[in-house]
Amino acid sequence: MIRIDLSQPIYQQIMDGITKKVVRGELVPGDQIPSQREMAQLLRVSPNTVQRAYRDLEALGVVHTLRGQGTFIRAAPDLIGSLREEMLRRAVTGFAREMRSLACGREDILRALEDEIKRGDDGDGTSSDDDRHQ
Amino acid sequence: MVMVPLLTTTGISKRYGRTRALDNLDLELEPGCILGLLGPNGSGKSTLLKIVAGLTRPDAGEVRVLGLKPGPAARARLAYLPEVDCLYRDLTVAGTLAYVSTFFADWSPARAVELLEFMDLNPRAVVGTLSRGMRARLKLVLALARDAALFLLDEPLAGIDPRSRARIVEACIRQYKDGQSMIISTHEVLHAEGAFDRVVFLEAGRVKLAGAAEELRRRHNCSLEALFGEVYA
Repeated sequence: MIRIDLSQPIYQQIMDGITKKVVRGELVPGDQIPSQREMAQLLRVSPNTVQRAYRDLEALGVVHTLRGQGTFIRAAPDLIGSLREEMLRRAVTGFAREMRSLACGREDILRALEDEIKRGDDGDGTSSDDDRHQ
Repeated sequence: MVMVPLLTTTGISKRYGRTRALDNLDLELEPGCILGLLGPNGSGKSTLLKIVAGLTRPDAGEVRVLGLKPGPAARARLAYLPEVDCLYRDLTVAGTLAYVSTFFADWSPARAVELLEFMDLNPRAVVGTLSRGMRARLKLVLALARDAALFLLDEPLAGIDPRSRARIVEACIRQYKDGQSMIISTHEVLHAEGAFDRVVFLEAGRVKLAGAAEELRRRHNCSLEALFGEVYA
């Protein structure tokens, strides 16, 4: 299930939600995803918004729709790699911007990152970004 | 292909006694989208929908619906859900459907049955015994069971329980077909905003703000609900 934050464009969140599941391996090539209509009802959003997200995912090669059969994941391994890289870059860009706004230098950033990674390794790895999405 | 605008209003005004309901309103909408017609009570939402439905006429200005003047020909292609409770209390749910169906050539019995089920409405229940939320659901069934080009839903979410509200929004999304158009008026933005492709904010009979929902979210970095609070602050 994709959680929608209504303060941001919805279509991007649908694309990201599905892409993230592919990157994490929760969805693999050949898996069927909900139809546009089902997805619209599930998320309580306009069918036109879902249609736009699915169309763009198809253009990127993440999914393909077979007439009368449904929509399936089709991302090839190298595409999954580059999607993963792109999402990582986006997360880092946001993080770096926030750090700069706090006037943190290289030292601060690296130390904070090391601490965070260590904490994540010690814990049970629950701090996925979906949990703090709202 | 030349696209006929779904709706064009040019300088329409309407007064009720000393109250100015619409004030020189200009609006142009493309077909194929779900439009949220937003604004506080008294901003002119219901009056605009009544004019589009051909139930009342503007004092001044021009209106075109689906390329037609409001009237019988346009009305045959649009489904209107009124804000007021217009149901006969003594009829059963099934009886209400049978009665209303006789008025419309585009009534789909199959769709009506499916909608009743989706709305958890018992066909044998007598209308007078239904809760307010259940009557709101029934009114929506009456509008959505038609295969209309344009659906005008006037305050379908007002004053009903959260469960019915959620179900009504879901039914609108479920029944919406590619190329159809829906105009949903509401002052309760939060529960419906995901369903809107475009929104028009009305204030005192004029357009205060209009645009594509996703574009407004991006530009203002907030939900339509939050934007609603800002617009009418």
